[in-house]
Amino acid sequence: MSDQDDDIILADLDDDELVQQMFDDLYDGLKEEIEESVHILLERGWAPYRILTEALVGGMTIVGKDFRDGILFVPEVLLAANAMKGGMAILKPLLAETGAPRVGKMVIGTVKGDIHDIGKNLVGMMMEGAGFEVVDLGINNAVEKYLEALEAEQPDILGMSALLTTTMPYMKVVIDTLVEQGKRDEYIVLVGGAPLNEEFGKAIGADAYCRDAAVAVETAKDFMARKHNRLAAG
Amino acid sequence: MTNAFTKMLATRDWILADGATGTNLFNMGLQSGDAPEMWNDQHPDRIKRLYTEAVDAGSDLFLTNSFGGNAARLKLHGAQGRARELSRISAEIGRDVADRYDRPVIVAGSVGPTGEIMAPMGALTHELAVEIFHEQAEGLKEGGADVLWLETISAPEEYKAAAEAFKLADMPWCGTMSFDTAGRTMMGVTSSDMAAMVEKLGNPPLAYGANCGVGASDLLRTILGFVAQGSERPIIAKGNAGIPKYHDGHIHYDGTPDLMADYAVLARDAGATIIGGCCGTMPEHLSKMRAALESRPRGPRPTLDQITEALGGFSSGGDGTGDDTAAPRRPRRRRA
Repeated sequence: MSDQDDDIILADLDDDELVQQMFDDLYDGLKEEIEESVHILLERGWAPYRILTEALVGGMTIVGKDFRDGILFVPEVLLAANAMKGGMAILKPLLAETGAPRVGKMVIGTVKGDIHDIGKNLVGMMMEGAGFEVVDLGINNAVEKYLEALEAEQPDILGMSALLTTTMPYMKVVIDTLVEQGKRDEYIVLVGGAPLNEEFGKAIGADAYCRDAAVAVETAKDFMARKHNRLAAG
Repeated sequence: MTNAFTKMLATRDWILADGATGTNLFNMGLQSGDAPEMWNDQHPDRIKRLYTEAVDAGSDLFLTNSFGGNAARLKLHGAQGRARELSRISAEIGRDVADRYDRPVIVAGSVGPTGEIMAPMGALTHELAVEIFHEQAEGLKEGGADVLWLETISAPEEYKAAAEAFKLADMPWCGTMSFDTAGRTMMGVTSSDMAAMVEKLGNPPLAYGANCGVGASDLLRTILGFVAQGSERPIIAKGNAGIPKYHDGHIHYDGTPDLMADYAVLARDAGATIIGGCCGTMPEHLSKMRAALESRPRGPRPTLDQITEALGGFSSGGDGTGDDTAAPRRPRRRRA
Protein backbone atom coordinates (compact mmCIF):
# COMPACT_ATOMS: atom_id res chain seq x y z
CA MET A 1 0.00 0.00 0.00
CA SER A 2 2.97 2.31 -0.35
CA ASP A 3 3.28 4.73 -3.21
CA GLN A 4 6.60 3.42 -4.42
CA ASP A 5 5.09 0.82 -6.73
CA ASP A 6 3.24 3.39 -8.80
CA ASP A 7 4.15 1.74 -12.05
CA ILE A 8 2.80 -1.73 -11.67
CA ILE A 9 3.07 -3.76 -14.86
CA LEU A 10 -0.14 -5.76 -14.79
CA ALA A 11 1.29 -8.57 -16.94
CA ASP A 12 4.13 -9.08 -14.44
CA LEU A 13 1.76 -9.93 -11.57
CA ASP A 14 0.94 -13.55 -10.80
CA ASP A 15 -2.70 -14.59 -10.95
CA ASP A 16 -3.50 -13.91 -7.30
CA GLU A 17 -1.80 -10.54 -7.31
CA LEU A 18 -3.51 -9.60 -10.55
CA VAL A 19 -6.97 -10.43 -9.16
CA GLN A 20 -6.17 -8.34 -6.06
CA GLN A 21 -5.03 -5.55 -8.35
CA MET A 22 -8.30 -5.82 -10.29
CA PHE A 23 -10.20 -5.37 -7.02
CA ASP A 24 -8.28 -2.13 -6.50
CA ASP A 25 -8.78 -1.01 -10.09
CA LEU A 26 -12.52 -1.67 -9.96
CA TYR A 27 -12.68 0.25 -6.68
CA ASP A 28 -10.91 3.15 -8.39
CA GLY A 29 -13.01 2.89 -11.55
CA LEU A 30 -10.05 2.30 -13.87
CA LYS A 31 -11.70 0.90 -16.97
CA GLU A 32 -8.64 0.51 -19.20
CA GLU A 33 -6.73 -1.36 -16.50
CA ILE A 34 -9.66 -3.73 -15.99
CA GLU A 35 -9.88 -4.42 -19.71
CA GLU A 36 -6.16 -5.09 -19.86
CA SER A 37 -6.32 -7.45 -16.89
CA VAL A 38 -9.25 -9.38 -18.37
CA HIS A 39 -7.24 -9.90 -21.55
CA ILE A 40 -4.21 -11.06 -19.55
CA LEU A 41 -6.27 -13.62 -17.63
CA LEU A 42 -7.86 -14.89 -20.85
CA GLU A 43 -4.40 -15.31 -22.36
CA ARG A 44 -3.36 -17.24 -19.28
CA GLY A 45 -6.16 -19.67 -20.00
CA TRP A 46 -8.72 -18.55 -17.39
CA ALA A 47 -12.28 -19.50 -18.30
CA PRO A 48 -14.44 -16.41 -18.93
CA TYR A 49 -16.82 -17.51 -16.17
CA ARG A 50 -13.97 -17.71 -13.68
CA ILE A 51 -12.79 -14.21 -14.57
CA LEU A 52 -16.34 -12.93 -14.15
CA THR A 53 -16.95 -14.51 -10.76
CA GLU A 54 -13.53 -14.37 -9.11
CA ALA A 55 -12.22 -11.06 -10.42
CA LEU A 56 -15.09 -8.83 -11.52
CA VAL A 57 -17.91 -9.99 -9.24
CA GLY A 58 -15.41 -10.30 -6.39
CA GLY A 59 -14.28 -6.71 -6.89
CA MET A 60 -17.77 -5.32 -7.28
CA THR A 61 -18.83 -7.07 -4.07
CA ILE A 62 -16.29 -4.93 -2.20
CA VAL A 63 -17.61 -1.80 -3.95
CA GLY A 64 -21.17 -2.84 -3.09
CA LYS A 65 -20.35 -3.35 0.57
CA ASP A 66 -18.66 0.02 0.91
CA PHE A 67 -21.61 1.63 -0.88
CA ARG A 68 -24.02 -0.09 1.47
CA ASP A 69 -21.98 1.07 4.47
CA GLY A 70 -21.88 4.68 3.35
CA ILE A 71 -18.16 4.72 2.55
CA LEU A 72 -18.57 5.01 -1.21
CA PHE A 73 -21.28 7.09 -2.89
CA VAL A 74 -22.99 7.20 -6.26
CA PRO A 75 -20.22 8.91 -8.26
CA GLU A 76 -17.61 6.31 -7.20
CA VAL A 77 -20.01 3.42 -7.83
CA LEU A 78 -20.82 4.75 -11.30
CA LEU A 79 -17.11 4.79 -12.12
CA ALA A 80 -16.59 1.29 -10.73
CA ALA A 81 -19.59 -0.03 -12.68
CA ASN A 82 -18.25 1.61 -15.81
CA ALA A 83 -14.93 -0.20 -15.36
CA MET A 84 -16.79 -3.44 -14.72
CA LYS A 85 -18.75 -2.88 -17.93
CA GLY A 86 -15.50 -2.59 -19.86
CA GLY A 87 -14.49 -6.03 -18.62
CA MET A 88 -17.95 -7.48 -19.20
CA ALA A 89 -18.00 -6.29 -22.81
CA ILE A 90 -15.00 -8.54 -23.46
CA LEU A 91 -16.42 -11.49 -21.53
CA LYS A 92 -20.06 -11.42 -22.66
CA PRO A 93 -19.66 -13.03 -26.10
CA LEU A 94 -17.22 -15.58 -24.65
CA LEU A 95 -19.61 -16.47 -21.81
CA ALA A 96 -22.36 -17.16 -24.33
CA GLU A 97 -20.02 -19.35 -26.42
CA THR A 98 -18.82 -21.38 -23.48
CA GLY A 99 -22.34 -21.94 -22.10
CA ALA A 100 -21.45 -20.56 -18.69
CA PRO A 101 -24.07 -21.09 -15.96
CA ARG A 102 -26.75 -18.43 -15.59
CA VAL A 103 -27.11 -16.68 -12.27
CA GLY A 104 -30.55 -15.26 -12.99
CA LYS A 105 -32.41 -12.74 -15.09
CA MET A 106 -34.01 -9.48 -14.07
CA VAL A 107 -36.33 -7.02 -15.78
CA ILE A 108 -36.00 -3.57 -14.24
CA GLY A 109 -37.47 -0.11 -14.76
CA THR A 110 -38.68 3.02 -13.00
CA VAL A 111 -42.46 3.32 -12.78
CA LYS A 112 -44.71 5.65 -14.72
CA GLY A 113 -44.03 9.28 -14.00
CA ASP A 114 -40.60 8.72 -12.55
CA ILE A 115 -37.50 9.63 -14.47
CA HIS A 116 -35.18 9.28 -11.53
CA ASP A 117 -33.20 6.42 -12.90
CA ILE A 118 -29.96 6.85 -11.00
CA GLY A 119 -30.87 4.28 -8.36
CA LYS A 120 -32.34 1.94 -10.95
CA ASN A 121 -29.19 2.17 -13.07
CA LEU A 122 -27.06 1.43 -10.05
CA VAL A 123 -29.12 -1.67 -9.26
CA GLY A 124 -28.85 -2.80 -12.89
CA MET A 125 -25.09 -2.33 -12.87
CA MET A 126 -24.57 -4.03 -9.54
CA MET A 127 -26.80 -6.92 -10.61
CA GLU A 128 -24.74 -7.31 -13.77
CA GLY A 129 -21.71 -7.02 -11.57
CA ALA A 130 -23.04 -10.00 -9.64
CA GLY A 131 -23.46 -11.99 -12.86
CA PHE A 132 -27.20 -11.49 -13.46
CA GLU A 133 -28.61 -10.83 -16.91
CA VAL A 134 -30.42 -7.49 -16.75
CA VAL A 135 -33.08 -6.19 -19.14
CA ASP A 136 -33.47 -2.48 -18.53
CA LEU A 137 -36.81 -0.97 -19.49
CA GLY A 138 -35.59 2.53 -18.69
CA ILE A 139 -37.79 5.18 -17.14
CA ASN A 140 -41.49 5.98 -16.99
CA ASN A 141 -42.94 2.49 -17.46
CA ALA A 142 -46.69 1.95 -17.51
CA VAL A 143 -48.05 -1.37 -16.28
CA GLU A 144 -48.53 -2.63 -19.87
CA LYS A 145 -44.84 -2.12 -20.57
CA TYR A 146 -43.82 -4.23 -17.56
CA LEU A 147 -46.24 -7.01 -18.53
CA GLU A 148 -45.00 -7.12 -22.12
CA ALA A 149 -41.40 -7.35 -20.98
CA LEU A 150 -42.17 -10.09 -18.44
CA GLU A 151 -43.89 -12.08 -21.19
CA ALA A 152 -41.09 -11.58 -23.70
CA GLU A 153 -38.11 -12.01 -21.38
CA GLN A 154 -39.35 -14.57 -18.86
CA PRO A 155 -37.13 -13.21 -16.10
CA ASP A 156 -36.78 -14.57 -12.57
CA ILE A 157 -37.02 -11.13 -11.02
CA LEU A 158 -39.00 -7.96 -11.60
CA GLY A 159 -37.38 -4.84 -10.18
CA MET A 160 -39.28 -1.56 -9.85
CA SER A 161 -37.93 1.75 -8.73
CA ALA A 162 -39.56 5.03 -7.71
CA LEU A 163 -38.04 8.11 -6.14
CA LEU A 164 -41.04 10.34 -5.65
CA THR A 165 -43.95 10.41 -3.26
CA THR A 166 -46.07 10.95 -6.37
CA THR A 167 -44.90 7.82 -8.17
CA MET A 168 -44.29 5.16 -5.52
CA PRO A 169 -47.96 4.04 -5.30
CA TYR A 170 -47.73 3.04 -8.96
CA MET A 171 -45.71 -0.01 -7.95
CA LYS A 172 -48.85 -1.34 -6.34
CA VAL A 173 -50.76 -0.84 -9.58
CA VAL A 174 -48.26 -3.12 -11.34
CA ILE A 175 -48.31 -5.75 -8.60
CA ASP A 176 -52.13 -5.69 -8.39
CA THR A 177 -52.33 -6.25 -12.15
CA LEU A 178 -49.99 -9.24 -11.87
CA VAL A 179 -52.19 -10.65 -9.13
CA GLU A 180 -55.35 -10.12 -11.21
CA GLN A 181 -53.81 -11.94 -14.13
CA GLY A 182 -52.66 -14.80 -11.91
CA LYS A 183 -48.99 -14.14 -12.71
CA ARG A 184 -47.76 -12.71 -9.45
CA ASP A 185 -46.17 -15.94 -8.23
CA GLU A 186 -44.12 -16.40 -11.39
CA TYR A 187 -41.74 -13.62 -10.43
CA ILE A 188 -39.72 -12.37 -7.53
CA VAL A 189 -40.73 -8.72 -7.17
CA LEU A 190 -38.16 -6.37 -5.67
CA VAL A 191 -38.84 -2.68 -5.12
CA GLY A 192 -36.57 0.20 -4.26
CA GLY A 193 -36.28 3.97 -4.13
CA ALA A 194 -35.31 6.57 -1.57
CA PRO A 195 -38.76 7.23 -0.04
CA LEU A 196 -39.61 3.54 0.37
CA ASN A 197 -39.12 1.22 3.30
CA GLU A 198 -39.58 -2.41 4.27
CA GLU A 199 -43.11 -1.92 5.51
CA PHE A 200 -44.14 -0.13 2.33
CA GLY A 201 -42.74 -2.97 0.22
CA LYS A 202 -44.75 -5.50 2.21
CA ALA A 203 -47.94 -3.42 2.13
CA ILE A 204 -47.96 -3.20 -1.66
CA GLY A 205 -47.26 -6.91 -2.07
CA ALA A 206 -43.62 -6.96 -3.15
CA ASP A 207 -41.34 -9.82 -2.10
CA ALA A 208 -38.82 -7.40 -0.68
CA TYR A 209 -37.79 -3.79 -0.39
CA CYS A 210 -34.12 -3.18 -1.17
CA ARG A 211 -32.57 -0.19 0.54
CA ASP A 212 -29.80 0.19 -2.02
CA ALA A 213 -28.13 -1.53 -4.94
CA ALA A 214 -25.90 -3.68 -2.74
CA VAL A 215 -28.87 -4.92 -0.74
CA ALA A 216 -30.74 -5.57 -4.01
CA VAL A 217 -27.96 -7.91 -5.13
CA GLU A 218 -27.87 -9.74 -1.79
CA THR A 219 -31.66 -10.08 -1.78
CA ALA A 220 -31.79 -11.26 -5.39
CA LYS A 221 -29.13 -13.92 -4.73
CA ASP A 222 -31.02 -15.06 -1.66
CA PHE A 223 -34.32 -15.40 -3.52
CA MET A 224 -32.62 -17.19 -6.43
CA ALA A 225 -31.12 -19.70 -4.02
CA ARG A 226 -34.52 -20.31 -2.46
CA LYS A 227 -36.05 -20.71 -5.93
CA HIS A 228 -33.41 -23.29 -6.89
CA ASN A 229 -33.98 -25.15 -3.65
CA ARG A 230 -37.71 -25.20 -4.27
CA LEU A 231 -37.23 -26.49 -7.81
CA ALA A 232 -34.79 -29.12 -6.57
CA ALA A 233 -37.22 -30.19 -3.85
CA GLY A 234 -40.23 -30.21 -6.17
CA MET B 1 -31.58 44.33 -3.40
CA THR B 2 -34.68 44.33 -1.24
CA ASN B 3 -37.97 42.69 -1.92
CA ALA B 4 -40.72 41.20 0.19
CA PHE B 5 -38.63 38.14 0.98
CA THR B 6 -35.43 39.91 2.00
CA LYS B 7 -37.50 42.27 4.11
CA MET B 8 -39.09 39.33 5.89
CA LEU B 9 -35.70 37.69 6.41
CA ALA B 10 -34.33 40.89 7.91
CA THR B 11 -37.18 41.47 10.32
CA ARG B 12 -38.29 38.06 11.49
CA ASP B 13 -36.79 35.64 13.98
CA TRP B 14 -38.20 32.68 12.06
CA ILE B 15 -40.27 32.16 8.93
CA LEU B 16 -42.75 29.33 8.56
CA ALA B 17 -42.57 27.81 5.08
CA ASP B 18 -45.10 25.34 3.71
CA GLY B 19 -45.52 21.57 3.76
CA ALA B 20 -45.98 18.90 1.13
CA THR B 21 -47.10 19.46 -2.44
CA GLY B 22 -47.31 15.91 -3.77
CA THR B 23 -49.00 14.41 -0.71
CA ASN B 24 -51.63 17.17 -0.69
CA LEU B 25 -52.31 16.88 -4.42
CA PHE B 26 -52.78 13.12 -4.07
CA ASN B 27 -55.48 13.78 -1.56
CA MET B 28 -57.17 15.97 -4.17
CA GLY B 29 -57.16 13.16 -6.68
CA LEU B 30 -53.81 13.34 -8.49
CA GLN B 31 -53.08 9.95 -10.04
CA SER B 32 -49.78 8.28 -9.37
CA GLY B 33 -47.42 8.81 -12.29
CA ASP B 34 -49.09 11.95 -13.60
CA ALA B 35 -47.27 15.27 -13.65
CA PRO B 36 -48.55 17.58 -10.87
CA GLU B 37 -47.55 20.60 -13.00
CA MET B 38 -50.30 19.81 -15.54
CA TRP B 39 -52.82 20.78 -12.90
CA ASN B 40 -51.60 24.39 -13.03
CA ASP B 41 -53.35 24.52 -16.38
CA GLN B 42 -56.10 21.89 -15.94
CA HIS B 43 -57.15 22.45 -12.32
CA PRO B 44 -55.99 25.90 -11.21
CA ASP B 45 -58.71 25.84 -8.53
CA ARG B 46 -57.01 22.88 -6.83
CA ILE B 47 -53.58 24.52 -6.94
CA LYS B 48 -55.12 27.66 -5.49
CA ARG B 49 -56.58 25.51 -2.70
CA LEU B 50 -53.19 23.89 -2.09
CA TYR B 51 -51.54 27.29 -1.60
CA THR B 52 -54.44 28.77 0.37
CA GLU B 53 -54.56 25.90 2.83
CA ALA B 54 -50.87 26.35 3.61
CA VAL B 55 -51.20 30.10 4.18
CA ASP B 56 -54.40 29.68 6.21
CA ALA B 57 -52.54 27.16 8.38
CA GLY B 58 -49.91 29.80 9.11
CA SER B 59 -47.26 29.60 6.37
CA ASP B 60 -45.44 32.87 5.66
CA LEU B 61 -44.02 31.43 2.47
CA PHE B 62 -45.17 28.74 0.09
CA LEU B 63 -43.60 26.93 -2.85
CA THR B 64 -45.24 26.92 -6.25
CA ASN B 65 -46.43 23.74 -7.93
CA SER B 66 -43.48 23.65 -10.33
CA PHE B 67 -41.07 21.16 -8.75
CA GLY B 68 -41.03 18.99 -11.89
CA GLY B 69 -41.66 21.94 -14.20
CA ASN B 70 -38.36 21.88 -16.05
CA ALA B 71 -37.97 20.64 -19.61
CA ALA B 72 -36.01 17.53 -18.57
CA ARG B 73 -38.78 16.35 -16.28
CA LEU B 74 -41.76 17.44 -18.40
CA LYS B 75 -40.32 15.52 -21.34
CA LEU B 76 -41.73 12.39 -19.70
CA HIS B 77 -45.19 13.65 -20.28
CA GLY B 78 -44.49 15.01 -23.75
CA ALA B 79 -44.63 18.53 -22.34
CA GLN B 80 -40.98 19.58 -22.59
CA GLY B 81 -42.09 22.64 -24.58
CA ARG B 82 -44.28 23.88 -21.72
CA ALA B 83 -41.70 24.39 -18.96
CA ARG B 84 -41.83 28.17 -19.04
CA GLU B 85 -45.60 28.35 -19.42
CA LEU B 86 -46.49 25.84 -16.66
CA SER B 87 -43.97 27.43 -14.31
CA ARG B 88 -45.37 30.87 -15.05
CA ILE B 89 -48.94 29.75 -14.31
CA SER B 90 -47.86 28.12 -11.04
CA ALA B 91 -46.44 31.46 -9.91
CA GLU B 92 -49.40 33.50 -11.21
CA ILE B 93 -51.81 31.42 -9.13
CA GLY B 94 -49.43 31.85 -6.20
CA ARG B 95 -49.20 35.63 -6.62
CA ASP B 96 -52.97 35.87 -6.73
CA VAL B 97 -53.30 33.86 -3.50
CA ALA B 98 -50.50 35.67 -1.66
CA ASP B 99 -51.82 39.15 -2.46
CA ARG B 100 -55.21 38.39 -0.88
CA TYR B 101 -53.75 38.37 2.62
CA ASP B 102 -53.17 41.43 4.78
CA ARG B 103 -49.90 40.02 6.08
CA PRO B 104 -46.85 39.50 3.84
CA VAL B 105 -46.88 36.10 2.13
CA ILE B 106 -43.95 35.06 -0.02
CA VAL B 107 -44.35 33.19 -3.32
CA ALA B 108 -41.31 30.95 -3.75
CA GLY B 109 -40.89 29.50 -7.23
CA SER B 110 -40.05 25.82 -6.78
CA VAL B 111 -37.31 24.38 -8.97
CA GLY B 112 -36.58 20.67 -8.57
CA PRO B 113 -33.75 18.57 -9.99
CA THR B 114 -33.55 17.64 -13.66
CA GLY B 115 -33.42 13.97 -12.70
CA GLU B 116 -30.35 13.46 -14.84
CA ILE B 117 -26.75 12.79 -13.95
CA MET B 118 -24.38 15.57 -14.90
CA ALA B 119 -21.28 15.17 -17.05
CA PRO B 120 -18.74 13.65 -16.96
CA MET B 121 -20.49 10.81 -15.08
CA GLY B 122 -23.76 11.32 -16.93
CA ALA B 123 -25.03 12.95 -20.09
CA LEU B 124 -26.25 16.36 -18.87
CA THR B 125 -23.74 19.11 -19.60
CA HIS B 126 -23.35 22.19 -17.44
CA GLU B 127 -24.46 24.43 -20.32
CA LEU B 128 -27.64 22.45 -20.93
CA ALA B 129 -28.46 22.32 -17.21
CA VAL B 130 -28.10 26.12 -17.00
CA GLU B 131 -30.38 26.50 -20.00
CA ILE B 132 -33.03 24.20 -18.51
CA PHE B 133 -32.99 26.01 -15.14
CA HIS B 134 -32.92 29.42 -16.79
CA GLU B 135 -36.02 28.68 -18.85
CA GLN B 136 -37.97 27.67 -15.76
CA ALA B 137 -36.63 30.64 -13.79
CA GLU B 138 -37.89 33.08 -16.41
CA GLY B 139 -41.35 31.49 -16.27
CA LEU B 140 -41.51 31.75 -12.49
CA LYS B 141 -40.29 35.34 -12.64
CA GLU B 142 -42.96 36.28 -15.21
CA GLY B 143 -45.61 34.69 -13.02
CA GLY B 144 -44.63 36.93 -10.10
CA ALA B 145 -42.54 34.73 -7.79
CA ASP B 146 -40.75 36.74 -5.08
CA VAL B 147 -37.83 34.34 -4.90
CA LEU B 148 -36.70 31.15 -6.68
CA TRP B 149 -36.48 28.02 -4.57
CA LEU B 150 -34.19 25.21 -5.65
CA GLU B 151 -34.89 21.97 -3.75
CA THR B 152 -34.11 18.26 -3.39
CA ILE B 153 -30.74 18.56 -5.12
CA SER B 154 -28.13 15.78 -4.75
CA ALA B 155 -25.23 16.86 -6.96
CA PRO B 156 -23.16 19.99 -6.27
CA GLU B 157 -22.76 20.44 -10.04
CA GLU B 158 -26.52 20.77 -10.44
CA TYR B 159 -26.73 23.28 -7.56
CA LYS B 160 -24.02 25.37 -9.23
CA ALA B 161 -25.74 25.23 -12.62
CA ALA B 162 -28.97 26.50 -11.04
CA ALA B 163 -27.11 29.33 -9.28
CA GLU B 164 -25.76 30.46 -12.63
CA ALA B 165 -29.17 30.19 -14.29
CA PHE B 166 -30.83 32.27 -11.56
CA LYS B 167 -28.25 34.99 -12.08
CA LEU B 168 -29.19 35.06 -15.76
CA ALA B 169 -32.82 35.48 -14.72
CA ASP B 170 -31.71 38.17 -12.24
CA MET B 171 -33.73 36.62 -9.43
CA PRO B 172 -32.89 36.14 -5.74
CA TRP B 173 -32.92 32.51 -4.72
CA CYS B 174 -32.71 29.92 -1.98
CA GLY B 175 -31.55 26.35 -2.42
CA THR B 176 -31.74 23.13 -0.43
CA MET B 177 -30.26 19.70 -0.95
CA SER B 178 -31.70 16.35 0.10
CA PHE B 179 -29.56 14.39 2.56
CA ASP B 180 -31.03 10.92 2.26
CA THR B 181 -28.04 8.55 2.22
CA ALA B 182 -26.39 7.98 5.58
CA GLY B 183 -26.65 11.70 6.32
CA ARG B 184 -25.24 12.71 2.93
CA THR B 185 -26.87 13.43 -0.40
CA MET B 186 -27.10 10.59 -2.89
CA MET B 187 -23.93 11.98 -4.48
CA GLY B 188 -22.07 11.87 -1.16
CA VAL B 189 -22.25 15.57 -0.19
CA THR B 190 -22.14 16.17 3.58
CA SER B 191 -23.73 19.09 5.40
CA SER B 192 -20.30 20.68 5.88
CA ASP B 193 -19.48 20.15 2.18
CA MET B 194 -22.65 22.01 1.24
CA ALA B 195 -22.04 24.89 3.64
CA ALA B 196 -18.57 25.35 2.15
CA MET B 197 -19.80 25.06 -1.45
CA VAL B 198 -22.53 27.67 -0.97
CA GLU B 199 -20.04 30.29 0.22
CA LYS B 200 -17.89 29.76 -2.87
CA LEU B 201 -20.66 30.37 -5.40
CA GLY B 202 -20.48 33.47 -7.62
CA ASN B 203 -24.21 33.94 -7.09
CA PRO B 204 -24.84 32.57 -3.59
CA PRO B 205 -28.39 31.92 -2.34
CA LEU B 206 -30.07 34.18 0.23
CA ALA B 207 -30.56 31.06 2.36
CA TYR B 208 -29.57 27.43 2.04
CA GLY B 209 -30.40 24.21 3.80
CA ALA B 210 -31.94 20.77 3.63
CA ASN B 211 -35.27 19.36 2.53
CA CYS B 212 -36.93 15.95 2.23
CA GLY B 213 -34.47 13.15 3.08
CA VAL B 214 -35.30 10.60 5.76
CA GLY B 215 -37.50 11.94 8.52
CA ALA B 216 -37.25 14.85 10.93
CA SER B 217 -34.37 13.63 13.14
CA ASP B 218 -31.92 13.17 10.28
CA LEU B 219 -32.81 16.57 8.91
CA LEU B 220 -32.04 18.32 12.19
CA ARG B 221 -28.69 16.54 12.43
CA THR B 222 -27.95 18.04 9.00
CA ILE B 223 -28.96 21.51 10.28
CA LEU B 224 -26.53 21.15 13.20
CA GLY B 225 -23.88 20.22 10.60
CA PHE B 226 -24.49 23.51 8.75
CA VAL B 227 -24.40 25.54 11.94
CA ALA B 228 -21.09 23.96 12.93
CA GLN B 229 -19.54 25.58 9.85
CA GLY B 230 -20.24 29.00 11.33
CA SER B 231 -21.89 30.58 8.29
CA GLU B 232 -24.04 33.68 8.87
CA ARG B 233 -26.27 32.77 5.93
CA PRO B 234 -29.84 31.89 6.98
CA ILE B 235 -30.55 28.18 7.10
CA ILE B 236 -33.62 26.36 5.77
CA ALA B 237 -35.11 23.22 7.38
CA LYS B 238 -37.83 21.45 5.42
CA GLY B 239 -38.10 17.90 6.68
CA ASN B 240 -40.57 15.12 5.91
CA ALA B 241 -43.36 14.36 8.36
CA GLY B 242 -41.86 11.04 9.32
CA ILE B 243 -41.61 7.95 7.14
CA PRO B 244 -44.05 6.94 4.37
CA LYS B 245 -46.49 4.11 5.10
CA TYR B 246 -49.06 2.56 2.85
CA HIS B 247 -52.66 2.46 4.11
CA ASP B 248 -55.70 1.48 2.05
CA GLY B 249 -54.33 2.67 -1.25
CA HIS B 250 -52.90 5.89 0.16
CA ILE B 251 -49.47 7.02 1.20
CA HIS B 252 -49.46 8.24 4.74
CA TYR B 253 -46.47 9.72 6.56
CA ASP B 254 -46.24 8.64 10.17
CA GLY B 255 -45.14 11.97 11.69
CA THR B 256 -47.98 13.46 13.76
CA PRO B 257 -48.77 17.20 13.88
CA ASP B 258 -47.45 17.23 17.48
CA LEU B 259 -44.18 15.65 16.41
CA MET B 260 -43.78 18.21 13.65
CA ALA B 261 -44.46 20.97 16.19
CA ASP B 262 -41.56 19.66 18.28
CA TYR B 263 -39.45 19.41 15.13
CA ALA B 264 -40.18 23.03 14.20
CA VAL B 265 -39.10 24.34 17.61
CA LEU B 266 -35.99 22.15 17.63
CA ALA B 267 -35.15 23.34 14.10
CA ARG B 268 -35.35 26.97 15.25
CA ASP B 269 -33.28 26.26 18.35
CA ALA B 270 -30.75 24.38 16.22
CA GLY B 271 -30.23 27.53 14.15
CA ALA B 272 -32.65 27.34 11.22
CA THR B 273 -34.48 30.53 10.21
CA ILE B 274 -36.83 29.21 7.56
CA ILE B 275 -38.73 26.21 8.82
CA GLY B 276 -41.25 24.07 7.01
CA GLY B 277 -42.14 20.51 6.12
CA CYS B 278 -41.79 18.40 3.04
CA CYS B 279 -43.48 15.12 2.03
CA GLY B 280 -46.42 14.24 4.30
CA THR B 281 -46.67 17.66 5.93
CA MET B 282 -50.32 18.69 5.78
CA PRO B 283 -52.12 21.89 6.88
CA GLU B 284 -52.85 20.39 10.32
CA HIS B 285 -49.10 19.89 10.81
CA LEU B 286 -48.40 23.48 9.77
CA SER B 287 -50.96 24.87 12.23
CA LYS B 288 -49.30 23.05 15.11
CA MET B 289 -45.86 24.12 13.93
CA ARG B 290 -46.95 27.76 13.81
CA ALA B 291 -48.55 27.59 17.24
CA ALA B 292 -45.44 25.98 18.72
CA LEU B 293 -43.06 28.51 17.16
CA GLU B 294 -45.19 31.37 18.49
CA SER B 295 -45.78 30.02 21.98
CA ARG B 296 -42.61 28.18 22.98
CA PRO B 297 -39.64 30.30 24.00
CA ARG B 298 -36.36 29.90 22.17
CA GLY B 299 -34.18 27.29 23.90
CA PRO B 300 -30.53 26.31 23.76
CA ARG B 301 -29.23 24.49 20.69
CA PRO B 302 -30.38 20.87 21.01
CA THR B 303 -27.90 18.01 21.21
CA LEU B 304 -28.15 14.94 19.00
CA ASP B 305 -29.50 13.01 21.97
CA GLN B 306 -32.22 15.57 22.60
CA ILE B 307 -33.22 15.37 18.93
CA THR B 308 -33.54 11.57 18.92
CA GLU B 309 -35.34 11.65 22.23
CA ALA B 310 -37.97 14.01 20.86
CA LEU B 311 -38.26 12.83 17.26
CA GLY B 312 -36.88 9.29 17.06
CA GLY B 313 -33.59 7.71 15.98
CA PHE B 314 -31.32 8.56 13.06
CA SER B 315 -31.25 6.39 9.93
CA SER B 316 -27.47 6.02 10.12
CA GLY B 317 -24.80 6.12 12.82
CA GLY B 318 -22.88 9.07 11.39
CA ASP B 319 -23.36 11.66 8.69
CA GLY B 320 -19.87 12.04 7.29
CA THR B 321 -18.94 15.11 9.34
CA GLY B 322 -16.68 15.61 12.34
CA ASP B 323 -15.14 12.35 13.55
CA ASP B 324 -17.14 10.39 11.02
CA THR B 325 -15.21 11.47 7.92
CA ALA B 326 -14.88 8.06 6.33
CA ALA B 327 -11.81 7.06 4.39
CA PRO B 328 -11.88 4.21 1.88
CA ARG B 329 -11.53 1.00 3.82
CA ARG B 330 -9.40 -0.89 1.35
CA PRO B 331 -5.67 -0.64 1.84
CA ARG B 332 -4.29 0.63 -1.43
CA ARG B 333 -1.39 -0.81 -3.31
CA ARG B 334 -1.44 1.80 -6.00
CA ARG B 335 -2.81 5.29 -6.24
CA ALA B 336 -5.16 6.08 -9.09
